[in-house]
Amino acid sequence: MPFTRTDSARDGARKAGGFFGRLKAALGRTRSALVGRLGALLAGRRVLDEQLVEDMETVLLSADVGIEATRRIIDDLRRRAAAGRAGDEAALGAALREAMVEILAPVCRPLRVSDAAPFVILMVGVNGTGKTTSAAKLAHRFKHDGRRVLLAAGDTFRAAAIEQLQTWGERLNVPVIAQHSGADSASVVYDALSSARARGTDLLIADTAGRLHTQSGLMEELKKVRRVIKKLDPDAPHETLLVIDASTGQNALVQARQFTEAVEVSGLVLTKLDGTAKGGIIFAIAQTLEIPIRYVGVGEGLDDLRDFDANEFVDALLEG
Amino acid sequence: MFETLTERMGTTLRRLRGRGRLSDANMRDALREVRMALIEADVALEVVGTFTERVREKVLGQEVLRSLTPDQEVVRAVRDELCSLMGNENAELALNVPPPAVILVAGLQGSGKTTTVAKLSRWLRQEHRRKVLVASCDVYRPAAIEQLRVLAGEAGVEFFPSRSGEDPVDIATRARAEAKRRHQDVLLLDTAGRMHVDSGMMDEVRRIHAVAEPVETLFVVDSMTGQDAASVARAFDRSLPLSGVVLTKTDGDARGGAALSIRQVTGKPIKFLGVGEKLDALQAFHPDRMASRILGMGDVLGLIEEAERKIDREKAKKFADKFAKGKRFDLEDFGEQIRQMRNMGGISSLLDKLPGTGQLPEHAKSRINDTEFVKFEAMINSMTVQERRFPALIKGSRKRRIAAGSGTRIQDVNRLLKQFAQMQKMMKRVRRKGGIGRMAQGLTGHALPGFPGRG
Repeated sequence: MPFTRTDSARDGARKAGGFFGRLKAALGRTRSALVGRLGALLAGRRVLDEQLVEDMETVLLSADVGIEATRRIIDDLRRRAAAGRAGDEAALGAALREAMVEILAPVCRPLRVSDAAPFVILMVGVNGTGKTTSAAKLAHRFKHDGRRVLLAAGDTFRAAAIEQLQTWGERLNVPVIAQHSGADSASVVYDALSSARARGTDLLIADTAGRLHTQSGLMEELKKVRRVIKKLDPDAPHETLLVIDASTGQNALVQARQFTEAVEVSGLVLTKLDGTAKGGIIFAIAQTLEIPIRYVGVGEGLDDLRDFDANEFVDALLEG
Repeated sequence: MFETLTERMGTTLRRLRGRGRLSDANMRDALREVRMALIEADVALEVVGTFTERVREKVLGQEVLRSLTPDQEVVRAVRDELCSLMGNENAELALNVPPPAVILVAGLQGSGKTTTVAKLSRWLRQEHRRKVLVASCDVYRPAAIEQLRVLAGEAGVEFFPSRSGEDPVDIATRARAEAKRRHQDVLLLDTAGRMHVDSGMMDEVRRIHAVAEPVETLFVVDSMTGQDAASVARAFDRSLPLSGVVLTKTDGDARGGAALSIRQVTGKPIKFLGVGEKLDALQAFHPDRMASRILGMGDVLGLIEEAERKIDREKAKKFADKFAKGKRFDLEDFGEQIRQMRNMGGISSLLDKLPGTGQLPEHAKSRINDTEFVKFEAMINSMTVQERRFPALIKGSRKRRIAAGSGTRIQDVNRLLKQFAQMQKMMKRVRRKGGIGRMAQGLTGHALPGFPGRG
């Protein structure tokens, strides 16, 4: 039987809600079990006929995977089916999952914090993706690991962004370096890095203002932040995290491309997976830009920033 | 991505052009392209399905028979359907109620609610001379209340202070009472961002709505949202009696298919667009512009309209007849073409609107400019009718006279003649292929057979 999930497990997932619930639920199942949408799709199907292909395309496209990446996944699946590795519904499901995991596996690389003193993380992204919240969650996480963390309030543009980060600093008991609203963002980050060195901080997390990748002036400003950091430490920032909202559609690929061009993005954070958004755009990003996906945001709690796991992610996507 | 889509629609157009009628088969292709364009534009899949089906029905109707070319009819049907689905230009807020008129905004985290509240308050104060009070019910996000306080100051409107320890429903109640007491015309209520699957939070916003009794409940949504827009909009629409939608961050380059999904799912009008970071960056919604943007066709639709409006059909017909009869293309015709083109905003504006020109290399683009055509026209105007009909007559002294008369140099006259000779050659070739009749008709009457080079 394809449906191995019990009713209580389903209720549990409901209660937890959204993608996070599905992620959690996914952990409790064996990988071979076909569940949810994919299970329903495959019930009784033994061959990869055109109708089934279309149904699978629908699942992928409605998860924001995009036309190009969907096509590649389906082509891959066809090859697997033709090679005789998918003779029944369970095998078809497994083949689809494998085809998808294979795309994400190479970018499933957790962030390794080197012993650079300090290790500098620069948070970038468009407006409203959750940069500040992610910075706070990261600070919490590293502090929990026993590291000394410093936050830099590099978003000097948005009203009260500094206060927002300072509030987080108080809650987490992590110092925040800030200047006044409207100050030069690069100068704030420079100060923070100098201060981090003086204090012997292990990790500096620098927040920046949200900016649309189409605003060339603001992208220049971000390049300047990077240049200024490099004056103090040519190896820094050691990690430039692009924060992407999981509900973003095909534009996320453009964002990733533009931010990478401007400031050499080295990792992604995919936030807000606790809703119904699936974040399928990361397949296209993985295929074309190969940026490692470091973290996923699965809730509002401080602990709700998890390491990215390709298997879990694919399961959650196919299930919903 | 923008270019590839424009390209894609361009290809569809090219493929369809030259076929007399839409057959079931070639329409399936075209609609498939439209479907893909919509998916790439982030229109929710369920909406794409119903949409393309509607367009198919329309295109199969009689209108196709009356159209100039079938391809334009497909595009027009797509555009019309999109426009009609998008609703009307409607930036009106229902403020004619006993004050205070309460406006409540709600949406996901990071969609731009607080910024929208600030922009709306500024708009109401400056454009409508209303006394505005703003209040924040966001007790969750750190410094969210402070953010609204700062923005209210910038917008020059009153701010109702609240604290993060308070109950959001209570804040709403008190803000409403305060607005009434201070005789404010409008109360704008900001709320915390919330996930539509979070039943506790959705219940909270319903309770805020109940005590605030807003005349407008606006759903604020990021224009970059993908497929999820449909489910989010549906959830908010079911929880709250939404009166309109504000689409934010449209100054990016996302195609904004979410607009169509939300509109289709909720049936609620899109009232405003957020178009930038400054407080005055708030615009009324234009369905036609949004339609073109979603289709990603440059301004190809605008071009169709402009062509229809401005091209003198009589002249185009005469031109076509002339060629159909095998008459020569002379300088008189060339001059006429230049005039028609100028009526449509010149060559550079035409180029901007054509799909595919994004791919022209820069040096090629720079060679195509209007000054050249202005000169050409002046020179042609300085010729006698005889000279225009028989350009071979134009030798040394005639060249000098034309140059002097048009304020150009002899080299310019030579270039015009050379260019013209090339065009004549090309015209002959096209005529042999039998395509000129169509080329010269109505819409494509502006199509110059070649661009002037500096050869």
